[in-house]
Amino acid sequence: MSNATYISIFYIFAVITVFSAAFVVFSKNVIYSAFSLLFTFFGAAALYVFLSADFIAVTQIVVYVGGILVLLLFGVMFTNSIMQADLKTDVLHVVPGTLLLVATIGGLLFTFFTTGSWKPSDVQLQGSVVERIGIKTMSRYVLPFEMASILLLAVLLGAAFLARYDKVRNNEQ
Amino acid sequence: MELLTNIGLNHYLTISALLFSFGLFAVMTRKNAIVILMGVELILNAANINFLAFSKFNGGMEGVMFSLFVIVLAAAEAAIALAIVINIYKIFRSVDVSTIDTMKE
Repeated sequence: MSNATYISIFYIFAVITVFSAAFVVFSKNVIYSAFSLLFTFFGAAALYVFLSADFIAVTQIVVYVGGILVLLLFGVMFTNSIMQADLKTDVLHVVPGTLLLVATIGGLLFTFFTTGSWKPSDVQLQGSVVERIGIKTMSRYVLPFEMASILLLAVLLGAAFLARYDKVRNNEQ
Repeated sequence: MELLTNIGLNHYLTISALLFSFGLFAVMTRKNAIVILMGVELILNAANINFLAFSKFNGGMEGVMFSLFVIVLAAAEAAIALAIVINIYKIFRSVDVSTIDTMKE
């Protein structure tokens, strides 16, 4: 792939990611926000491929788009009546929020571009990381891996317990 | 022009800073609890981009492993938060976080 093609594809995905993220935040309609989040996740997955983390990109699509986004859409449709035409959300603290937005972007970008240049390592991450992730997971990161499995089990039980149909309370009402 | 065509660490950090600020803005200003959750997901994605960018330009595997665990935690957080939001909706018939200010049913 030539350098110009690489750069233009990177900028296309960067623009998709940033603009759809902005649309998630500034759109008044909750459904539009949820579907715009889809493009943000896909754009971020494409950026992960640019960062030679192909396994993370696929995991991002499977977990975020297939799991979290579906959960969020379920939440939107469960907590709003679809027939009502405007799924609008109100805003509060707009002025402090905008100030914080501008200050965060300005401060971070100012710091990135005015302090001295980064010193990248001579040996950068190259090629596929799938095999190295497997080796690392079973050697150095085996304890966090097992803790994540226990956490997921606890989350499974907790979410099922919290969201189940409460028979006792329904009888009281 | 050299800055724009030579894709380096700063480009990824810029995208990540923008995503983080948008997420923070959503968490601060939105009333709907679901949109606040979307803001939290944006913040987690920004952190992931940073982890992977530093991992790429450092040549190590630490950032890749950490971003994998961040994705696991994001999935767990979304499941539990949605369950809590649905419970709040059952009790208050609303997910507007500015009106949910009581600790009793």
